[in-house]
Amino acid sequence: MTDANTEMPERFGHDRGDDRDRGSGKRRGRKGEQLQVPEADFRSYYGRPIIKAPVWKNPDVPLYLFLGGLAGTSAGLGALGAATGRPTLRRTGRLAAAGGAVGGTAFLVHDLHRPSRFLHMLRVLKPTSPLSVGTWILSPFATFAAATAASEVTGLVRRAGDASGVVAAVIGPALATYTAVLFSNTAVPTWHEAHRELPIVFAGSAAAAGGGMGLVGSSVRDNLPAARLAVGGAAVELVAGEVMERRLGLLGDVYGKGRAGVLMKASKACLAAGAVGAVLGRRRRWSAALSGLALMAGSALTRFGVFDAGIASANDPAHIVVPQRERIRARQATNQVDTAPSDRAFA
Amino acid sequence: MTNLFDAFTGTANSLSGPLPDPQTDAGWSDAHPKRVGFFTDTSVCIGCKACEVACKEWNLVPDDGTDASDLYRLTGMSYDNTGDLGASSWRHVAFIEDVRPHGTATPAHGGQETGFLPAGLPAVHGGGNGHTPRDAASAPPGPDPAQPGTVDLLALLPDGGAHGQQTPDDERDVRWLMSSDVCKHCTHAGCLDVCPTGALFRTEFGTVVVQDDICNGCGYCVPSCPYGVIDVRESDGGAHKCTLCYDRLGEGLEPACAKACPTNSIQFGDLDELQAAADARLAELHGRGVHEARLYGRDPDDGVGGDGAFFLLLDEPEVYGMPPDPIVTTRDLPEMWRNAALTAVGLGAALVAAFWKGGRR
Ligand code: SF4
Ligand code: SF4
Repeated sequence: MTDANTEMPERFGHDRGDDRDRGSGKRRGRKGEQLQVPEADFRSYYGRPIIKAPVWKNPDVPLYLFLGGLAGTSAGLGALGAATGRPTLRRTGRLAAAGGAVGGTAFLVHDLHRPSRFLHMLRVLKPTSPLSVGTWILSPFATFAAATAASEVTGLVRRAGDASGVVAAVIGPALATYTAVLFSNTAVPTWHEAHRELPIVFAGSAAAAGGGMGLVGSSVRDNLPAARLAVGGAAVELVAGEVMERRLGLLGDVYGKGRAGVLMKASKACLAAGAVGAVLGRRRRWSAALSGLALMAGSALTRFGVFDAGIASANDPAHIVVPQRERIRARQATNQVDTAPSDRAFA
Repeated sequence: MTNLFDAFTGTANSLSGPLPDPQTDAGWSDAHPKRVGFFTDTSVCIGCKACEVACKEWNLVPDDGTDASDLYRLTGMSYDNTGDLGASSWRHVAFIEDVRPHGTATPAHGGQETGFLPAGLPAVHGGGNGHTPRDAASAPPGPDPAQPGTVDLLALLPDGGAHGQQTPDDERDVRWLMSSDVCKHCTHAGCLDVCPTGALFRTEFGTVVVQDDICNGCGYCVPSCPYGVIDVRESDGGAHKCTLCYDRLGEGLEPACAKACPTNSIQFGDLDELQAAADARLAELHGRGVHEARLYGRDPDDGVGGDGAFFLLLDEPEVYGMPPDPIVTTRDLPEMWRNAALTAVGLGAALVAAFWKGGRR
């Protein structure tokens, strides 16, 4: 009853029409043979989750992360493409930045359970809330990126368009990385404990997406910076992702199984193939575009994988109990206190 | 809450650690009332669920989602058919049937003594089931075996049930643990810290409350609570949880659950007085040999700065579905912001580097 091997009942007490948002099937208890580490002493309440998994919608939130990353780096490619005289890269970057920001905003609003109150986000600026800070990053970014794209498309007020493009490019990297704080600043163990690696994974993913978009949209004459950025981003993402999974230890098991495992494997394959393709095939239009698409797909799959891994982690009581027990044990060992729980000090 | 600079740099004390006066920290004037809370003494809980019912009635909390295909939603988890806390369950009584064979009553998991069915526990007579006492020598004084009838099991126990309610039969010993769980009204509340709209706020009583007319259902509070308390309600899209009956507090009334609790397992009051009462109760139980008793959420040095609603438990917290060592996620937020800012700078540099000597066409 209080051990890890009990099949967890579906969450009868919750009032969602279905379990899709929280990954049905993942809410079940773990079977003994799936455990990768010995957890003989791990106890729980009927194997039920201890924390609540995010109610964030899928695909809205992973797509928002992907589009935010894509837009953040594309704005930089657009501005620098303009400064270095690469018209097709400039145009691609600017349009992708605006499209990503607008699309991302749409997904973010749609993700709310009360979308009509989106503007309540702008009531306050709370540095303790990454979502609040992120809204204040996204709003100006989307404004400047959209203005730049409008100037690009219409050919009007080019000077002002260049200037606003630079502003968007400066904000862009913040848009691409803050989402890592958004995820890791939760009680979800797999996200929280990755708070050192996740920004790097997401930055790499953003570079792969923006660079990939540049490869898709710009001419062979202009696409060298995009290829460099994309290949570098893919490499960083692959390495940082691997480091993250290893450092997570027990908490990293969610990346190796279930839907998250499949997504992460697919992501790695796409990134590797896209990077190789970008290096070898940059000088041909079709192969450059194909590589760019693979890199973007890899970036998006990473976001979906990280999202799913977090849901699985939140639903697994072992992810809460085992590391926290370990923490208590380590604390007691260093404090040289007796084996009583710290609360008992008040006896 | 704290000012911008402090929160980004981590110099603010109010993200974690002990905090004697969360109301003033949240911006209330010094004239605010004392911090209030709950002390839930699970050693006297009888599992009647009066608290769940009273909470639902007073706060007009809707049904938590019965669907017709599963009319009674029996979970198979003992008498617990609520399952967990959520948007429409602000009190949740957990039931644990700790079943063990005879003679295994000694140190339990983790090497800690549970005092589970102490030696010499009297067998139960009566009820006409034809069983003879398993140990006639230690049969208690009590109802005449010749006269079947009901027996006050609690009175027969050496310590008045302080080890949880216990039911012996011929093959096994059953210890019943019951605990009424609730929002902890944390000193450092993850839900409140991350709420981007300001819907969640710290009241003048030191409690944590959602303003339903502000909440936009972003759901960020849900995975940020280290105890899995707050949730978004599908029917209205808003986040909901225990308010510690904010409306009643304003009128000088105690919360509905505490009012309804027939055994005083749920005690409401000023937090400092509850803490003193809890310490005394713990000492009393330890003095009576109930060594498995421990306080949970009482320690202001813990990962959330101590809870406004804390507990006396008879087993490890995880057995009741509570995290053994919760930490408010925002404790690490300054470091996260630093990491993300550095990474953003690195990403900008990578962008510039990608154009380096790329040849101007
Ligand atoms: S973090 Fe959870 S337990 Fe703490 S006040 Fe918020 S909802 Fe309640
Ligand atoms: S769901 Fe409502 S209460 Fe929760 S963080 Fe979002 S706005 Fe705040």
